[in-house]
Amino acid sequence: MSFTIKKEGEIVVVDVEGQLIVGNRQELKQKVLDELERGEKKFLIDFAQTGYIDSSGLGVLVSLSKKIREQGGELRLANLNDDLKTLFELTKLDTLFQISDTRDRALASF
Amino acid sequence: MAALLPPDAGLRVSLEVVIPSDVAYIERVVDLVRHPCAELAYNAHQLALNVPVALSEAISNAILRANNEDPIKRVLVRAEIDTRQLVVDVMDEGEPFDLDADTRDATDPENLEREDGRGLFLMRALMDRVERFDANGAAPGGNVVRLTLARV
Repeated sequence: MSFTIKKEGEIVVVDVEGQLIVGNRQELKQKVLDELERGEKKFLIDFAQTGYIDSSGLGVLVSLSKKIREQGGELRLANLNDDLKTLFELTKLDTLFQISDTRDRALASF
Repeated sequence: MAALLPPDAGLRVSLEVVIPSDVAYIERVVDLVRHPCAELAYNAHQLALNVPVALSEAISNAILRANNEDPIKRVLVRAEIDTRQLVVDVMDEGEPFDLDADTRDATDPENLEREDGRGLFLMRALMDRVERFDANGAAPGGNVVRLTLARV
């Protein structure tokens, strides 16, 4: 499992490869917070290569979203598969995040 | 005349794994339990969502809440898997807790922006049954959280 960070124009794109769970959530959090501290405002997390997400992983997304909003920025999500969509619907987190079906649509939505 | 049974109807897999109180072990234990479920043709959504997420939550609670990540304390995971159902017991060395009282409605607007508190909620949403009982002297001696999921 790993996180890859790239810039697409003025958007920071994070690819989550493997699981986003209690064992690695801090790594994702720190990577995104480092970018936020550098002044980045627009963030997209792409789950195209993600397996499963546990409650700690969901919690980190909620926490990052709040911190980014507090700095006047925005966190959006893309490429949730059916099971990840179900997870977000079960927890109603689909109402908290702007979620796009594809990376391109998400990038265009900022 | 005997009814024709599917070729895997008599298969039953039992496994037992003991891990230290370290979250780095969770993913491997999940894979160990998920593999026989895949062999026994559990539904793709059960393999990708219900089993890994609910089991991660149960083990994570045992390590972080019950055992407080004490390196001396262990978590024991015992699974029985057949073509009817998966039953997993996750045993810790912690103090008893109340499953109902400690389950928070993660969808309540007041809880939606909380970072924590979705673990028990998700376990119960993703399994057919979640129970907690005392280990009653069985090692490691704390809580037993039992997850049950029927194969579909």
